[in-house]
Amino acid sequence: MTPPSFSPTGIRFENIEKRYGGLYALRRISLEIAAGECVALAGRNGSGKTTLLRIAARLTRPSSGSLSFVNGRGEKNETLLPAGFVAHATMVYDELTAEENLLLFARLQGIAEPAARAEALLQEVGLEDRRNSLVRTFSRGMRQRVAIARALLNEPTVILLDEPATGLDPQGVNWFAETIRGLRDSGRTILMSLHGESEVSSLATRAIQLDAGSVVGDTRTGANFRSILSFASA
Amino acid sequence: MALLSNSAVLLGKELRTEFRSRELLTTTVVFILTIVVLFSFTFDPSASESRRFGPGLLWLAFLFAASLMLQPGFLREQNNDTLSALRLSVSDPFAIFLAKLIANAIFLLLTEMLLLPIFAILYNVHILAVFPQLVLVFFLGSVGVAIPGTAFSAISAQARMRELMLPVLLLPLLTPVLIGSTEATAALLAEKPELRLDWLGFLAGFDVVFLTALWLFGEYLLEE
Repeated sequence: MTPPSFSPTGIRFENIEKRYGGLYALRRISLEIAAGECVALAGRNGSGKTTLLRIAARLTRPSSGSLSFVNGRGEKNETLLPAGFVAHATMVYDELTAEENLLLFARLQGIAEPAARAEALLQEVGLEDRRNSLVRTFSRGMRQRVAIARALLNEPTVILLDEPATGLDPQGVNWFAETIRGLRDSGRTILMSLHGESEVSSLATRAIQLDAGSVVGDTRTGANFRSILSFASA
Repeated sequence: MALLSNSAVLLGKELRTEFRSRELLTTTVVFILTIVVLFSFTFDPSASESRRFGPGLLWLAFLFAASLMLQPGFLREQNNDTLSALRLSVSDPFAIFLAKLIANAIFLLLTEMLLLPIFAILYNVHILAVFPQLVLVFFLGSVGVAIPGTAFSAISAQARMRELMLPVLLLPLLTPVLIGSTEATAALLAEKPELRLDWLGFLAGFDVVFLTALWLFGEYLLEE
């Protein structure tokens, strides 16, 4: 993975609430994710994991509460680049080639040398031989590689992963776990939602359990790591 | 500057994907061609009759075809949640709208330019002498359709019964464009052709008002 060229950044959720009409997706969530932490977010379907991640990505506006990004000294970082976001949906265009997708998003993000950055990332995710193939001809694992390359274009300090390994075959999960390990070891802050224990969940340094939009368990406050992840898969 | 460069990059993407698949253009051209040909054979109009109802028929066909063409604009962004990727990448969300509405206007204008000669032959109408003026009217009319059409396509993409939602929202709103474009076209196809500046000004005003509204409020249409 790309060597770190950034200052570590943490995430602070303060009394975050999200309502859709009368339905609460999140209820007064307050969490501090320290810079460089790799956090597994667990919970049943509908517990609020995706909503929390989309709020962290600034794709969804909370109904109340505030989100901020903080540096290692706890000071707010107002100029932070968008977080790298990878979800189950690949967030890339099937009708474009792998290279065209990366060039498109690199140009939109104003990256200085888009072609060189796309080239480097295609090599990192092992797709340099398929650069000119349309994404719609790719397997699920290959699509997810393009998705990760897209998320890393602007060298984000914060990576948000929403059940990214769903649907991947064992080799795909292995590759994905290695990629996450590289990102974690480079000092990036990672917040990922997972279902159950896996090779990917073993990379987490902390686990948080959500249920009905509230935090009901956190290894930082003494909850057991394995019981949080087994709850999620129950 | 970021707005313009982002819009240019996104416009390139819109054109590339459409010219690669030709889904929208093919569907729209076939739809309009069917209407124009059917009406021609059903009524077998004389030149004077064509001048009277031809422009209205033409613009109605364009309007219905536009509602078909505009539908997938934001719907396609939902397949892989690419809209989220775009929102994370652009500094101003208006760039997404600007690129899509320019692309939609180009596709509409292309369709109109392809079908105008066929209409002229089938309906025995002379268009060569007034072709540049017709292009101007069709340009303003197409932009007038594309601006609210793009905005409502963003709204309807998130709604249930989305296929019905867009025409229901869009067609009443486009009545002024339909009237303005039809009147301006009819004046150009009349026995003594005339470029009606009042209707052109009306169409330009409609475009400016809706473009400004989209610039001011477009961001809220993309929010979850």
